[in-house]
Amino acid sequence: MIKVLKAGFYASIQDRGRVGFASKGVPVSGVMDQYSSTIANSILNNAATAAVLEITFGGCELQFLTETIMCISGADFSAKINDELIILNSRIQVQKKDVLSFGKINYGVRTYLAVKGGFQSEIILNSRSFYQNITDDFIIRKNDVLPITSFKNDLESSHTSLKVVKSHFDSQEINCFKGPEFGLLTINQQKIIFEQSFTISNENNRMGYRLTETIQNCLPSILTSAVLPGTVQLTPSGKLIILMKDCQVTGGYPRILQLTETAMSRLSQKTTNQSTIIFRSHN
Amino acid sequence: MRLLSIYLKIYKKKDLELINQVTYKPFGNKAILIEWAAIIDQEILNDIIQFKEHINFQKKDVYSDFIIAYNSLTIIYHNEIFDFKKEVEELQSIYNSDFNNTQKDVDLWEIPVCYDLGFGIDLQEISAKSNLSIDKIIKLHSEKIYTIFFIGFLPGFLYLGGLNDKIFFDRKENPRLQVAKGSVAIGGKQTGIYPSNSAGGWNIIGKTPINFFDVKKANPCFSKAGDKIKFIPVSLEEYHQIETKILRNTFQIFKTVHND
Repeated sequence: MIKVLKAGFYASIQDRGRVGFASKGVPVSGVMDQYSSTIANSILNNAATAAVLEITFGGCELQFLTETIMCISGADFSAKINDELIILNSRIQVQKKDVLSFGKINYGVRTYLAVKGGFQSEIILNSRSFYQNITDDFIIRKNDVLPITSFKNDLESSHTSLKVVKSHFDSQEINCFKGPEFGLLTINQQKIIFEQSFTISNENNRMGYRLTETIQNCLPSILTSAVLPGTVQLTPSGKLIILMKDCQVTGGYPRILQLTETAMSRLSQKTTNQSTIIFRSHN
Repeated sequence: MRLLSIYLKIYKKKDLELINQVTYKPFGNKAILIEWAAIIDQEILNDIIQFKEHINFQKKDVYSDFIIAYNSLTIIYHNEIFDFKKEVEELQSIYNSDFNNTQKDVDLWEIPVCYDLGFGIDLQEISAKSNLSIDKIIKLHSEKIYTIFFIGFLPGFLYLGGLNDKIFFDRKENPRLQVAKGSVAIGGKQTGIYPSNSAGGWNIIGKTPINFFDVKKANPCFSKAGDKIKFIPVSLEEYHQIETKILRNTFQIFKTVHND
């Protein structure tokens, strides 16, 4: 078990998401940065589908009530065990009563805490991912007790640490496919989309990222149709919305681009007031 | 061609053309978007549902999820689609194969709704602005059989077709921050039920005690695209009786087989 001493800004248990219920209107959810969470799980030899704690901007304080092996991957929020800085992307044995906390934000937006065997929160509709009205809560709260299984001696190679590709956090490039309505854009609009750089507005969360810039647009709305995480919608006002993991299953704005999974992972480590992003056509 | 044989009998040439306009587009590298003509139409919905069932029958293992909307069917695959053209050819051959059992019965769900003013907090405003009595609004809303086109927006939110145009009523300029679960509402040309507490801009005319989304059930939403809905007006007393039965798990939603 892990006890939440401080909830922080926004932390939720996530796995690869809730697949198979889109036709009932259920969002996919799941980890925003699949790249980082996969690293954390693979360092612990967990299944790629094991549930992790997705921690946005740190701020939380967690006490282990069970001994286990953990790994943190993703953003660098100066993670500490009992006030001692730990190394990201490495196996760390923790004892009962050890406290994990975070400090200064060095880079990134979301970090992933994986524990050996994965978080064991309830599976609802094939997934442990938190989502409002589906799981009991959509974030962790003070005094919550998060279920994990105890794991004692670490007999697997204990000094492994993985080098992370730094471009995952630094690169401005967001790879994407052309979306179903891309062809309805004028040649000029199509050019602008791939040439202009875009800024992430302060409206960015697990549902979607709104971008600040406006593109001249006269495309009308479409008859409500499917949207997916990674779909880039062009609103009538000319602003772009990039849908993320908690997005609805249908929408009525033209879908002009579709991000690759890697691009979604990369984008989820960015927030407002940071360097701009540039869309790159992926073929 | 199965479609020719069915539709030639009943429909004019125009409808045939609509059906033949089915297109296939890549939607990222793991999904295919299949689109029909951009109109809201019962025959298109039937065609989507039949096509989906046949894809399910022949390719169940290769896709992980699907999304139905007014004029589209999106198939989401487990893995990356390496040969889009070949995949489309396979889907086309399924679409062009004979669908037997074409005339399928559909479920008609009877949904009790209490139109008491305590629940239908916008009934008086609609009545005043539309010059229809509240009784007339309730009659117009509850006499129709609605078609579920698809489920979206929120888990268990049904997109219903068939609202009488006399009770079309624009969405509120300022959406309410909190609309109660079970609220039955009119938003523009549509009517719907809020499956959970949420913000919302539709005009609320009543409330149902029925759960439209229950995570504790293997199938969290009892209805599906293509089914029919009829609202049955109930008194406040009946509403509370049904609510109690639902809490005790002794309530059964009334369902009939509909064939039109």
